[in-house]
Amino acid sequence: MPQHPIPPRLTLRGITKQYPGCLANDDIHLNIAAAEIHALLGENGAGKSTLMKVIYGLVKPDRGEILWDGLPLDVKDPAHARKLGIGMVFQHFSLFDTLTVTENIALALGDDAGDIPALASRIRSVSEKYGMAINPDRQVHTLSVGERQRVEIVRCLVQDIKLLILDEPTSVLTPQEVDTLFVTLRQLASEGCSILFISHKLNEVKALCHRATVLRGGRVSGACIPAEEDTLSMARLMVGENTPVSTTYPKVLGTTPTLTVSNLNLHSHDAFGVHLKQLNLQVNAGEIVGIAGVAGNGQEELLAALSGETRASAGHIQFADTDIGPLTPDRRRALGLAFVPEERLGRGAVPEMSLTENALLTGFLTGLVKRGMVAWKKTEAFADQIIADYKVKTAGRHAQADSLSGGNLQKFIIGREIMQKPRLLIAAHPTWGVDIGAATAIHKALIELRDQGAAILVVSEDIDELFLISDRIGAICDGRLSPLKPTPESSIAELGRQMAGDFSDAATISPRPTTSRAGSLH
Amino acid sequence: MDIDLITNILYAMVRTGTPLLIVALGELICEKSGVLNLGQEGMMLMGAVVGFIVTLSTGSLTLGFLAAILAGILMSLIFGVITMELSANQVATGLALTIFGTGLSAFIGTNYVGKPITGLEPIDIPVLTDLPIIGRMLFGQDLLVYLSLALFGGVYWFINHSRPGLILKAVGENPHSANAIGLPVFKVRYLAILFGGAMAGLAGSYLSLAYTPLWMENMSAGRGWIALALVVFASWKAERVLLGAWLFGLASILHLVFQGMGFSVSPNLLATLPYLATIAVLVILSSNQNSRLVAPISLGKPFYAKT
Amino acid sequence: MIKLEPRGERSRLMSWLSPILAALLTMLTGLVLFTLLGVDPWQALTTILYKPIADTYGLAELAVKATPILLCAIGLSVVFKAQIWNIGAEGQLLMGGLFGSYMALQFLDNDSGYVLPMVLLAGVAGGLFWAGIAAILKVQFNTNEILTTIMMNYIALNILLWAVHGPLKDPEGFNFPESAMFSQSAILPVLIDDTRVHFGLALALLAVVAIWVLMSRSFVGFQIRVLGLDRSAARLSGFREKRLIYFALLLSGGLAGLAGVGEVAGPIGQLIPSISPGYGYAAIIVAFLGRLHPLGIVLATLLMALLYMGGEMAQIELGLPLALTSLFQGLLLFYLLACDVLIGFRLRLTTSKPATAPAAAVATDTAVIEARG
Repeated sequence: MPQHPIPPRLTLRGITKQYPGCLANDDIHLNIAAAEIHALLGENGAGKSTLMKVIYGLVKPDRGEILWDGLPLDVKDPAHARKLGIGMVFQHFSLFDTLTVTENIALALGDDAGDIPALASRIRSVSEKYGMAINPDRQVHTLSVGERQRVEIVRCLVQDIKLLILDEPTSVLTPQEVDTLFVTLRQLASEGCSILFISHKLNEVKALCHRATVLRGGRVSGACIPAEEDTLSMARLMVGENTPVSTTYPKVLGTTPTLTVSNLNLHSHDAFGVHLKQLNLQVNAGEIVGIAGVAGNGQEELLAALSGETRASAGHIQFADTDIGPLTPDRRRALGLAFVPEERLGRGAVPEMSLTENALLTGFLTGLVKRGMVAWKKTEAFADQIIADYKVKTAGRHAQADSLSGGNLQKFIIGREIMQKPRLLIAAHPTWGVDIGAATAIHKALIELRDQGAAILVVSEDIDELFLISDRIGAICDGRLSPLKPTPESSIAELGRQMAGDFSDAATISPRPTTSRAGSLH
Repeated sequence: MDIDLITNILYAMVRTGTPLLIVALGELICEKSGVLNLGQEGMMLMGAVVGFIVTLSTGSLTLGFLAAILAGILMSLIFGVITMELSANQVATGLALTIFGTGLSAFIGTNYVGKPITGLEPIDIPVLTDLPIIGRMLFGQDLLVYLSLALFGGVYWFINHSRPGLILKAVGENPHSANAIGLPVFKVRYLAILFGGAMAGLAGSYLSLAYTPLWMENMSAGRGWIALALVVFASWKAERVLLGAWLFGLASILHLVFQGMGFSVSPNLLATLPYLATIAVLVILSSNQNSRLVAPISLGKPFYAKT
Repeated sequence: MIKLEPRGERSRLMSWLSPILAALLTMLTGLVLFTLLGVDPWQALTTILYKPIADTYGLAELAVKATPILLCAIGLSVVFKAQIWNIGAEGQLLMGGLFGSYMALQFLDNDSGYVLPMVLLAGVAGGLFWAGIAAILKVQFNTNEILTTIMMNYIALNILLWAVHGPLKDPEGFNFPESAMFSQSAILPVLIDDTRVHFGLALALLAVVAIWVLMSRSFVGFQIRVLGLDRSAARLSGFREKRLIYFALLLSGGLAGLAGVGEVAGPIGQLIPSISPGYGYAAIIVAFLGRLHPLGIVLATLLMALLYMGGEMAQIELGLPLALTSLFQGLLLFYLLACDVLIGFRLRLTTSKPATAPAAAVATDTAVIEARG
């Protein structure tokens, strides 16, 4: 690497952060120059988030130093970081739903905010300059996820910005929105702003970033210039030599309809909820149907309607020969429906309970309860079997659910559901936040269940995952579901349009170029 | 009913509603920051007894009120330390505060039960007091009633029009976001808790130094709890706190109305009216409303920052 | 300085040591308090903690005091497990006493064997009725149960006062606010001769065992625990949330009602204005102090009953205010909540800069997972 004649804008030297039972950052070195777009690559749990929180003053490192324009710096807190010109776009946005855009931005700017009308006009001009139109007077809860991200970015841009940190910014965007974001980021960099782009998506890093630092298990496992690498070599840096990085699964066609949703309209009673509109969906035995969509477009409502947490009127949800619309979740389970929710801690599993108790949580219909009494011996055996069959890494069945890593807990939950031999499995975001090893194991388990003849519905925000495992695919937008297509007949571009609410047939529209996703890990 | 009776009822309504208004304004600020302090009753009792003892021994009402405020602040500080530093459950800690305050106030007040003092006297504002019906209600009250109205105005402005008020609301809605953008979550919550304590102490001393005025064990008689319900009734809006406090004041003096109208009902049964009214209000406001847009979203949830 | 350091996993040992530590700290505070009040602290301590139970009569009285507290607390352990904050045991107890008294007063001249069961059932019904209202308000109208149950305590007390001053007042009682004395057929039999220990104690111990089985062995108990820890998991698994809330609230209400009727048909023998010196509130502390576990609750009940007797003893012998009892009750709960931080954290002496982590209590375990990635 050539020495800079002027010091880099940001230098990290030997950053180390220990959490109980986990060395999150171990001797990390990194530097970012002015006008550089620098990628911080790594899979879930590699230590990316901790490192960026160190830079932003949210986490104090145990050891190591930070240099800013060559001078040692102790970032006291986010307000201090902001004063220096460091801005951060969080993965889980740090916005206040009940306040307006301007109020949100005023809060972050502190005393520099000035009066509200002046700030509002500044927000307007900045957002127009960078092609991210937002209305400063709207309340945040009325904005889409993509618009909220713009607010986060504009919040950084209304002040003098020298370093912009973005944490997995593309995970909430449609492919087309990703392209737009990249244009903005390149414009910013050309004006001299440094950008730290945190991601686990290799193709995006390759398309956008000048240099990349790769983390694995809390350490720097390598640095590279993405344009000069192929995705496979970067993937190796991310996951190591022993993990398979590319797998494909054969696509199949299902047989008889297992789940049929017809003309489902559901009014959400939640102020921030989405109403389901004229929703039609069919999942057949022996196939995996994938539904893509940006968060908050009705996925939660659809999943709740299918699990039975919210109940529909008769005649809209058919499971094999039964109208399950008015049935409670346990009745649906008794018919052979299983469910893997998005929140694995605090819905899929009770955090403070042992794995044995968590096995009973949904397994109670499989003979674990006799005359109102729990057969604990049997339940323990059931838990042991899940742990063994699905290679769940844990201290044992007595371990609390929240002592497991995300990947291991997810394997336990999926195992628990599959071992009840469901005829229909509904999985929400089955691999978010888990490492690649666990993700592969989960995908294999789903494919195996499919091949045994079960119907599977996967709702996910991860397009790559859906293309990998779905046999038919579609997208949900604002409570409407696009028509489903066999996966080989769809494309990233078409799915992206569906995610944005354009359900017209792709054949009639000329394909638009979009960031290639070919080199993805999933 | 004649004019005089109505005038008297309105006067008593405001007077009875005043301690509720003061304590509810404090709790409103506290809850806006996302902290649910169920210890109002205990803090009020401590304010009542401390204010009474100080006034009795110094002869100064001012010192009594100030001491009561200080007592409320110290009580709320215990709550703050246990819930914020030690991340204890807010509900349990609030209950503990009430039990502790009830016990401690009775303990230190044992020798003061029934002793007489001269309480706060009404100040008639010339001319205005003589207005029909609302004259006495609004212009013939004691100093603390006027102060409570000023407090109400201040809290209203603070929440709706000031920058610190905006920060308070942000912290109450999402402390994690607030922390992430550098707002001092702990400081804001501490200040809100202490303000709540100060108001509860003041409200308590209003009972023992102006309303009754004497000290009795448990003399707040559930007003701290009613104030908590009042905040729900007000949907966390300052202007509705005022309305609610006065309405509850009215419910508490309905026996005057009944007497005035010539009914005779058991005083014990009439004493249940404010509590019944509280339940009724909770039922009306809790069912079928979308609380996510009304209550501070993080209310009652502990916040901790990882560093 | 002292730093709090997350343990990573909750410490089981500490969750049992914490109540003991809290009791010791309360005692220590008491010693300081007595010294400040000019009372010989050692004498005060023995007066409160030892003298009341120095003889068999005292031990028997301890059991008498413990009975209503135990009944209320064991019931509360079930609702609290479901994270339903029933603060209304006091009101449910009063209603139990009132209903039971009403029934007993119907049989003043009847010595049949069915009188006592009728009286007890009426008491339970009173508790069920009062808790049932709270349950309906909670389930059907989504009202905050803390506020409604507190309000209902005040209402129950006033209704009881009305009854004892009015319809249930003994017509031959010289206008004292008291009912007539119940007939012997309505009084709970004494278990141990020459003491006041009555059949209610046996019922309370039976309830402890039954609830132990319910919570550790039965599926309903499991569902209640899930409901308390994680409502959305319970919903997703199809547990009937409303039914469970009704069940838990009614169970605790019924037991509190039994506690109330056990007092009027036990040691008191008639309806009087003050049938409970706050047993229902004390039971809340007992439930927490006993970690919502039957065994812990039995131990905590004994401590609480002793505190009541000790408070009375201190008033008689040392001239200290009776409010000492409730003062110590509050202190005990505070210390417990404070000591509970040690379940999730360990203390470490540090010399370095004060970058103290704000405490994270129960959620520490997730921190480990969040810490990476």
